[in-house]
Formats: sequence, structure tokens, C-alpha cells
Amino acid sequence: MRIATGGLIDREKPIRFTFDGKPVTGFAGDTVASALLANDILLMGRSFKYHRPRGPVTAGSDEPNALVTVGEGAEARPNTRATCQEIYDGLTVTSQNRWPSLRFDAMAVNDLLSPFLAAGFYYKTFMWPRAFWEKLYEPIIRRAAGLGALSGQPDPDRSEKAFAHCDLLVIGAGPAGLAAALTAAEAGADVILATEDTRPGGRLLSETVTLGDQTGREWADRMAARLAAMGNVRVMARTTVTGVYDSGTYGALERVAEHVMPGEAPPTCFWRLVARQAILATGALERPIAFPMNDRPGILSAAATRTYLNRYAVSPGARVAVFGNNDDAHRTATDLAAAGVTVAALIDTREDATSDGAWPFYPGAEVIETQGRLRLEGLTIRKPGGTLRIGADALAVAGGWNPALHLTCHMNGRPVWQEDIAAFVPTANAIPGLTPCGAALGTFSTAGCLEDGRRAAEAALDALGHSPKPIDLPDAEDTPYSPPATWAVTAPGRAWLDLQNDVTTKDVHLAARENFRSVEHMKRYTTQGMATDQGKGSNVTALAILADATGRTIPETGTTTFRPPYVPVPISSMGAGHAGKGFAPERFTTSHEASTARAAPMIEAGLWYRPSYFPVHGEKTWRESCDREVRMVRECVGVSDVSTLGKIDIQGPGAAEFLDLVYTGTFSTLKEGRIRYGLMLREDGHVMDDGTTARLGPQHYLMTTTTAAAGPVMAHLEFVAQGLRPDLDVKLTSVTDHWAQFAVAGPRARDLLNSLLEEEVTDDAVPFMSCWLATVSGVPVRLYRISFSGERGYEIAVPARYGAALWRLLVAQAESLGGGAYGIEALNVLRIEKGFITHAEIHGRTTAYDIGMQAMMSKTKDFIGKAAAARPGLTESTRERLVGLRPRDPANMPLPGGFLFTKGETPSRANAQGYVTSACWSPTLETHLALGFLASGPERMGETLRFTDHLRNRDFEVTVTDPVAFDQDGGRMRG
Amino acid sequence: MRLTCPHCGERDLREFAYKGDALALSRPEANAELQAWHEYLHIRDNPAGPTRELWYHTPCGSWMVAERDTATHAVHRTMTPAEATK
Ligand SMILES: [Zn+2]
Repeated sequence: MRIATGGLIDREKPIRFTFDGKPVTGFAGDTVASALLANDILLMGRSFKYHRPRGPVTAGSDEPNALVTVGEGAEARPNTRATCQEIYDGLTVTSQNRWPSLRFDAMAVNDLLSPFLAAGFYYKTFMWPRAFWEKLYEPIIRRAAGLGALSGQPDPDRSEKAFAHCDLLVIGAGPAGLAAALTAAEAGADVILATEDTRPGGRLLSETVTLGDQTGREWADRMAARLAAMGNVRVMARTTVTGVYDSGTYGALERVAEHVMPGEAPPTCFWRLVARQAILATGALERPIAFPMNDRPGILSAAATRTYLNRYAVSPGARVAVFGNNDDAHRTATDLAAAGVTVAALIDTREDATSDGAWPFYPGAEVIETQGRLRLEGLTIRKPGGTLRIGADALAVAGGWNPALHLTCHMNGRPVWQEDIAAFVPTANAIPGLTPCGAALGTFSTAGCLEDGRRAAEAALDALGHSPKPIDLPDAEDTPYSPPATWAVTAPGRAWLDLQNDVTTKDVHLAARENFRSVEHMKRYTTQGMATDQGKGSNVTALAILADATGRTIPETGTTTFRPPYVPVPISSMGAGHAGKGFAPERFTTSHEASTARAAPMIEAGLWYRPSYFPVHGEKTWRESCDREVRMVRECVGVSDVSTLGKIDIQGPGAAEFLDLVYTGTFSTLKEGRIRYGLMLREDGHVMDDGTTARLGPQHYLMTTTTAAAGPVMAHLEFVAQGLRPDLDVKLTSVTDHWAQFAVAGPRARDLLNSLLEEEVTDDAVPFMSCWLATVSGVPVRLYRISFSGERGYEIAVPARYGAALWRLLVAQAESLGGGAYGIEALNVLRIEKGFITHAEIHGRTTAYDIGMQAMMSKTKDFIGKAAAARPGLTESTRERLVGLRPRDPANMPLPGGFLFTKGETPSRANAQGYVTSACWSPTLETHLALGFLASGPERMGETLRFTDHLRNRDFEVTVTDPVAFDQDGGRMRG
Repeated sequence: MRLTCPHCGERDLREFAYKGDALALSRPEANAELQAWHEYLHIRDNPAGPTRELWYHTPCGSWMVAERDTATHAVHRTMTPAEATK
């Protein structure tokens, strides 16, 4: 119910939203939970396992119960905490894990079965038979136990990610965080102050404390305004620091626009904050007391009750009882009474407690039972002299505080037990550069937090090399806090710990009886703390009960730990911008538009897109186009874009010696204007890559790599240059994107060039494997006479800005000669006919010897991979070595991946003699052709083998041939 | 985690690629025994504690050696390979 006055809500601004389709009105400043409570709606969810009716127990991100789905369609957000979600006009909120409705949930039958569904039930029952698990048990369990569902639609990927850097990151903006931020900011440090809340203030916004002559809220507002006005401070509201990573890196989730109707702004932004120093001022979380049937809607934490009361002007009930073991219970009763709410009873576990309030007071008493179904109706207490039933529609529980030390555990820091406050506190130096303070460190008075914040900031400033300036801190309450450790009430009935996962104190006792005595085992056996709230409220209590059940102290039993993220982070935030094209950027060549304009299907080659083939009118299959393009190159002339091959410019006095080291062959003897084929090994003796390298000048080479290996080869060359031979003066520059390069291949390739070049090309001037400079339409070009097709071939390179124009020119000229453009399908056929290798053959496990290039390994100089390539085992003739394969029936295609067997042997893996790596239909030779590796291959020419592909059910005979199937002496390309 | 590229300065981990033990900088002589090559290629310690590692800064192409503690994740020093092998 709404209190008539007070609160940080704007009563001038009513907000209308819906809950399960019904209209609800709140005020600006309300959360979904506070607005629903204001409308006397306490039932907000159902528990995970037993589908028990539940209401909110907190007013923050530690909420285990009030999880709802917000919004509709693809942007719907399941499992949103109603206690954090701000309301806005038009918001739709839907309850979860219930059917057909929240008030009547058919699966609540699980609750009646609960005696059979204790901890470990699933483990014990659904073990056998195995097939039943997948087909029967799991689908049923998944349907019965669950949270909100995703929309099933593609994520709109509207979130963002960002980086920020600072001297000091202050996490939390309560009294300690504000004092710390102010101290550091006044000293001149660059400060980021991050608060999970919508505004700075922390508990000051929820309590009735005064600081000097101001209310807590007034002081917090003034501090926030003062900080916001400083140029060296960035206040980040709605920003939860979710994880701590190495070297002062912090992950943080900013809820940018989840509090307004979805529109232009990104819903969230995931930040990587890099801070030289950080201060943990995250406060503390109030913990529950486990008493029988402590889960009914209307039972909530005393701290949350004060938050609803003082911040939102909402009471969870008209008659509220308060139960606790410390003075917070009394504070809660006082605040309730001040707001005009009837305090039904104040129940204090301490026998010596006193109270002068105008309410029934029961010292030395405990709650032993509660009544009500969809909301609390009453409770039974045990007090000195007997039991008593009390009518109440809400119950506030003050069990003491657990420091919110979660982030200090993220780098393996283990919290330590502090007896006087019966709580874990952060271990010292758990995170390098992170100083905990205030309630997060176990300091609970307002004055103590202010002072502690200043102290922490001064320590951080010292580490940063800044001198602190004196700042004034106001006077505030300094009440001592030393509650007795009260974990559970001993009484019959189910007492709940983990409310979301329905773990009871009995489950923990059962785990202990079954010898799951380690806290890690107990946790997994019972699922305690494994829900979306990660046991923020209940873990310490469960640990204490396990300690009690096993007769050990809490420190003996173990410690609690937490991993990132502190709150659930949507995958769409962490991966923002990484869906679709953000996941795999596209690289286009300069001929891309012209290719797609010709309806060429584009195929991915790494991040590049290359044309498969260029269909012409009347062609029905890719094979028809490919065959035509191959014949065109063999008989006339074809043009192909080869810009995607890696190009590395190598210059310097040490360039020649450098190349001699990275290639198996010798490049220092290569003459200017000449090109040589190079084979590059890894240091372990296997082939890394191959390509041609041209010598453009005395100290200037241009290397080409395969498309796939361009990046790795560049890194490898840099390693050799920087790591192995820093004495060599050599500079490496990737120029792949700078040059557009086109292959012109076929008997009429020279004619085509001569139709464009200002200087005529003759074979005397430019023999095979030479390079020169020329001019096309006034643009200087580089020309290389090389061939990957086996035909007379040239590659012509222009600065990329001329690529599109040159491509159009080349294709037009080729077409006027009867040729045209060809794609990578034809390119692949042409090279298989010629036995030229690609990464299908140099797949990382083949040596120079395996591919028949042992002669290319220089005997007179060292090179990378030389020593290892000579190892026994890498040079044996029985190795699987490169061969050509031709099916006995030309119509059969030996598919890559299929295996080769000696005739008469069983086609099993153990008998495999080799495998196929590349295959095609050769229109030139009118047969299928393949390349592959065969044990002792070159010694088995002419042998008939059995080809078997078990996956695709192929089984036929092939004949072993030389890898070069067409123009074996190379006369066509040498011209 | 953050590393300091000798060329670019301190940068986020995701700009770097881990490239194994800095031992790779100590390439044996061409005529070394096979055992020396075997150890160079294949034998690596897996310490919980101080290590010398090779990292590659992808945006600028710099290789570097990082002195790092695998137990604490502290990065003590980074340097160019040339500095590391002096
Ligand atoms: Zn760099």
C-alpha cells in the first residue's frame, strides 16, 4: 500500500504499465516491485522447482523471487528483477514459470510431491536407463522447472560496448563511495564513480539517518551534484560492476535505456573499465533467518522494507510484524510506525533486548511458523512462556549483514570470517589495486563508512602519486553493530534458504548426512546458490547450517566464493556488435561489384569474398559455367581477380639474406626483374606456405602468400625479423590491400596485354618468371609473368583505387578476343589439371618431401625448418606422398576426404594407404581427376587402388598417376 | 589483462596473441644435434610462477617478451625480443 507522503517518487507523474495484462499505475521513481506493492500485489513469481508462490524479498539486484519478463517480441527480457526494473509508460510486465496463471499454477503440484523431491532426487532417480534420460526425464523436468523463456527470435543486437580509463574507479556510491570519490576528485585524480542504482546515495536513500544538519538523501544529492560538476569525475549511474579481471580491468553493465520505451538508444552498454586503482564500496546485503515457511509473499528483508517505506513510500502490508536479531529490527519498527503503518509485533531473538515503542514487543522470541497461501496472513512465535499467534500481512526480517565482497573473490581471493560481526569480510589484497571500505569491509555505521571511504581514497591517492587535500565529512550516526549469529530457527517445517532454487535447511542437513560435507559438494548436491541470484542472500546462511550439521565452525567448514558476473549480463551486451557482419567482417576486392553485377555467386575465402563462376545465358549448372571457363583459359584467354593473395613488401639491406632464411630456396641470387617460386617451412619441418617472390630492386622484394596464410605468414616473418635476426636491416609491410591484382591467362594472354599496354610485350623481353613495370592508360602497373593455370600467364597489379576500372577494361578486352572472366571454380580445375598445390595439400602435416619438392630445399644454406625436416621419419619413402589419381571410369569422382586402399584389402581405417585432397571434372581431359597422398606414392605409378568414401558411399577403382595431368613439360606456360 | 607493447604502449589483452615460451628466440645452430632441435621445438616447462613468454601485438606486428607470473597473472616487464636476448 502507498504511504500518503514522502519517498523519492514524483507523485505529479503517474506511470501506467501492465502486469500480466492488467493495468497498474505507479509513479516516476518506482520500480516494478514498488509499484506492484503499492497496488497490494505481492505475488510476483513462482519458485523454480516447487512452483511455490513468491513475492519480492529484497529491493535490489540480489532479488531471488520477483523475476519477470519485461517487454514483448524479440526485445523481451526474461528473468528481469522486478526490484530493479524502473517503470515507464507502456511497459509490459509478465510473470514467469507458471501455467495457466500466476495465481493458479498447475505445476504447484510439485510442492505436494516435495517430500520426494529433496536434494539429490534427480541424481538418484533419473540415472537409468540412459535412453530415458534424453527422451523422457529431461524434457519433463525442463518443462516443470524453469524460469522465463527467450522469444526465440533473432536478437536485434542493439546493445553496445565501450572502454573507459581512469585513475580511480569507485564501485558503489553510498556514504563510503561518495566520501572516497570526493576525496580522490578533490586531489585531482580522474575518477569514475559507478553505482548500480539510478542515482548516488546507496543506503542513504533508504534510511532516515542525518548527516550533519541534512538528511541522508540531501547530503547524497549535494555530493552527487558537486562531483558531477567536476571535470575529472564521471558518475555512471545504472552501472553494475560485474567482474574483476587482470591488470585493473573491470567489466561493468550499464543499463542505458532499459528504463524507457525501446527506441533509438541501446538497451545496455557493456564497459571495460581500466583503472589504476579501485575502491570497493559496494555496501552489504541483509541476510535472512531460516524459519519454517519463511517464503510466503509478504515476508521480506527488513532493509528492503525500509527501502520500500522510505524511498518509494510503500508498505508491504497494513499490519507488519518485524523479526530480527539486531537493532535494525527496531529501526524498521520505528520507520513503519512513523509512516503510519501498524506494527503488529517486534520479535527480537535477544533476551536482553528492550524497546520503548508503541508496539507489542517480544524479546527472546522466534518465528516458528507462518500462515497464508498467496500472501502472508499470520505467524506463530515461540517466546518465553509459550507460543503465540500474531495476525500480520507482512513480516520484515533482520538477520544481520553480509558485506558485498563478491568482486574480491574474482581473482581467487577467499573471504575471511570475522567473529564480532558474524560475517565474511574481504581478505586483504585479494585484488591488486582494489581497496575495500565501508560496509563492504564490515564497517556498518554511517560515520564509520564516511571515514573509511576517505581512508581508502587516501591510500589509493598515495599509490597514484597524488597528495590528498583535506575534505570535510559531516557528523553521522556511529551506532555499534555486533549481532548474535542467528541462522535458523529450530522448529518443524520447511525453512527455505535459496528461495529461487527451493533449497531448505533440511536439504543441507541431508547433504551433510550423505557425506557431502565440503561446501562445494553441498552446493552442487542441493543447488544452493546456483540460481540467477548466485546465493547472494542465502549462501552464508547455508554454509553456517552445514557447519552446524557437521559439528564444525564456519571457518573450518569453508568459505564462500563468487565468480563473475556479479549480476546476470545478457550475452547480447557482452557480445554487442559481434553478431552477423560484426562477427565476421567482409573483405571485398575491387572487382566485387562487377562480379555480382554479372550474377557471379560469391564464396567466402577467409573474410574475403571471391566469385565462384560467371554464369552466361543458358547455363543451368555451375559445372557448365566452370567447364566453359576452363576451356576459355586453355583455348583463348581468361581474366581472374587474384587480389586476395597476400602481398608482403620486403625492403632493406638485409632483405636478401632474410629471404634465404625463411624460404627453402635461395633468393639472394635472384636477379632484379625476376621471380622465383618459394616454399616456406615451419621450424618443425612441415610446409607452412608457398608463393612467388619477385625482386623489384637490389634491396626490394615482393612476396606473395596464399590467401589463407597471409596473416600467419606476416606474423611468422615478423618473428624471424624481430626475434631471430634483429641484426638484419629489413622492413616488412603488408600491401595486400594496396594493390589490386588480376591474372590474365591463356594462349592469347599476351595479345590481350598488348592491346592495353603502351609498351609492347615480347617473350624475349619478358620471359616466364620475370617482372617489369608498364603503363596502362597512363597508370603505372606492375606486371608479373607467372602462371597458376599452366597457360601463358601474366598478373597485372595496380594501386587498388584503379582496380575496378582495370578489371572492367581487362574483361572487355578478353571478351573481344573470345575469352572472359573466370572464377575460382575454374581456377581450381586449372591448377588440379596441372598438379599445383593449395592448402588442401599443404594442410600442416605434409613436408617438402611429401609434396615432391625435396629438391627445393637448399643444401648449401640454413633455412627455417631445415634441421627438423631432416629428422628420421620425415624423409622415409613409405610416407604418404603426393600423387595424381584418375578413376578407371572417368565419370566417378574421388571426393576429397575419401580413402585409398590396396586392391583386395578390407577398406578399414587401419588398412588405409592414403587419402584424396582435391578433385574435379577436367573438361580438358574429359575425366575426373584428383590429387591425394599415398604411402610410397611416387613409387606406385600405374597401380590400381580402391577408393572408398564411407561417409558418402562411394567405392570404385582409381589409377595412380603423376600429379601433373596436363602439359607435363610445362611448355604452354613457359611459351 | 593488459600488456605493454614496446612499440605502442599499454593495450588490452585482446589486441595480443600468445605465442608460447620465449625459448623460441634461442634457435639452435644449424648444425646442432637433433636432441637440441628436439628440445627447442617440443620441450616446454609448465610452471606455476614466473615465466618468459612471447606475445604478438597484432595491430602493429611487434613481437615481445613478457615476464609474467602464471600464478598471480602479474606482468612484471615487457621488452622487445632484441632486448630480451641481449
Ligand atoms: Zn604494438
